[in-house]
Amino acid sequence: MTTISPIKIKKEIQPKEQHDIKKSVYLTKQLNLWYGDKHALKNIDLDIKEHEVTAIIGPSGCGKSTYIKTLNRMVELVPTVKTSGEILYRERNIFDSNYAVEELRTKVGMVFQKPNPFPKSIYDNVAYGPRIHGIKNKKILDEIVEKSLRGAAIWDEVKDRLNENAYSISGGQQQRICIARALAIEPDVILMDEPTSALDPISTLKIEELVQELKKDYSIIIVTHNMQQAARISDKTAFFLNGEVIEYDDTDVIFSNPSDKRTEDYISGRFG
Amino acid sequence: MSVREKFDYELNSAQDQLIGISKMAVEALSKSVKALLTHDVDAALEVIEDDVEINKLEEEINDQVILMIAKQSPVATDLRRLIVTIKVASDMERVGDYAVNIAKETIRIGKEDLLPQIRQIEQMHDLAVAMLYQVIDAFVEEDVLKAKEIAELDDQVDELYGDVIRKLMHAGGEHPEKLSQITQLAFVSRYMERSADHATNIAEQLFYLVKGRHYDLNS
Repeated sequence: MTTISPIKIKKEIQPKEQHDIKKSVYLTKQLNLWYGDKHALKNIDLDIKEHEVTAIIGPSGCGKSTYIKTLNRMVELVPTVKTSGEILYRERNIFDSNYAVEELRTKVGMVFQKPNPFPKSIYDNVAYGPRIHGIKNKKILDEIVEKSLRGAAIWDEVKDRLNENAYSISGGQQQRICIARALAIEPDVILMDEPTSALDPISTLKIEELVQELKKDYSIIIVTHNMQQAARISDKTAFFLNGEVIEYDDTDVIFSNPSDKRTEDYISGRFG
Repeated sequence: MSVREKFDYELNSAQDQLIGISKMAVEALSKSVKALLTHDVDAALEVIEDDVEINKLEEEINDQVILMIAKQSPVATDLRRLIVTIKVASDMERVGDYAVNIAKETIRIGKEDLLPQIRQIEQMHDLAVAMLYQVIDAFVEEDVLKAKEIAELDDQVDELYGDVIRKLMHAGGEHPEKLSQITQLAFVSRYMERSADHATNIAEQLFYLVKGRHYDLNS
């Protein structure tokens, strides 16, 4: 590359804030993952900060969903999975033999691609987690349900129909019910695996705005195929390709001047 | 094979139009100075008429870029290229306007003998036009080193400009009857100096396009 040293650089796009002072919520060190013989994640190093939205982008099969499902150890449901390396959640390795997976999943909620409410009332969907955790008092449950539905920006739309089946509302509303269900157990992190890919543009924008609100209280990691969505809502973006992290930087940098040509080719739609 | 063939085709066609407007503007500038030197009022009138085409082309480029931004959601280099295209087209359109101004001065001066300072203005013209052609080449080749040399030429134009203005002011004292031409020539030298500045601006835009950072070539 040509160097042009004597010329003064006037300005370049800088990180908006000091990320270094933020604590890490997840620190991934040299993570490798195999499905049988298939090496799906290769030497992943990622430092994910709290109260930020971290977007994970990359073409199909690049390992982004595998990675996010490793963060709450959901990936272990696949029988042939092997891992090496470490994922520290709040400084504790989630692969430690004495780390209870239930404890991890209480702290780390997940929202999936298609809204997947239970075939129950709106109220029971949101109260499901707290009930499992032993909360039976109706007044406390009412409070949790209202707070969670408010947090998911859907309270006003459903407050008069809490006993209706969650399937009776629109897809965008169902997805926000699922977010409310995740919030009800007061998690620390919310993982979102393409949460808007089945939604119309208006519902998508509502979820995007909600994500911006939620990051004040939660750390959010979102897998998305929608490049503009990653650009709009995330603070940091990680670009995955063939199981590797090619580039991880401030979203402003990734979408204006990425350092790796493969990142640039992907975000500008030249492959994938 | 690129998966964005249509977009790439549109980007290339915007680039071709940009090169087109650039050549038209620089040719207009040269033609206007030649008309001044040879007292060719007809050529000066042609410059004024042809500027309509340059202005039209700038609008076409802007419209095309706006559509591409609206429809293709460009990012990173693609987005910088489109923004830079708009800015360079605007710089070149401005150079075309200077050609028109010079053509108007030519018509005002008419058949009157030109003061000897015209030689230095001619030198400024040669440098400014060389800079503009070089920056067009640098753009086509995306060659930032070539763009950097332009800044050095700009220093020479600035020096000549200072010198011409001093001499014209001095001539004003000696030949008060030539005051009108002195004023016209001072304007013409100013247009040359500005044209060279636009070449430098364009060189900076090329740096921004290629490097993604803002560089100051004027300091």
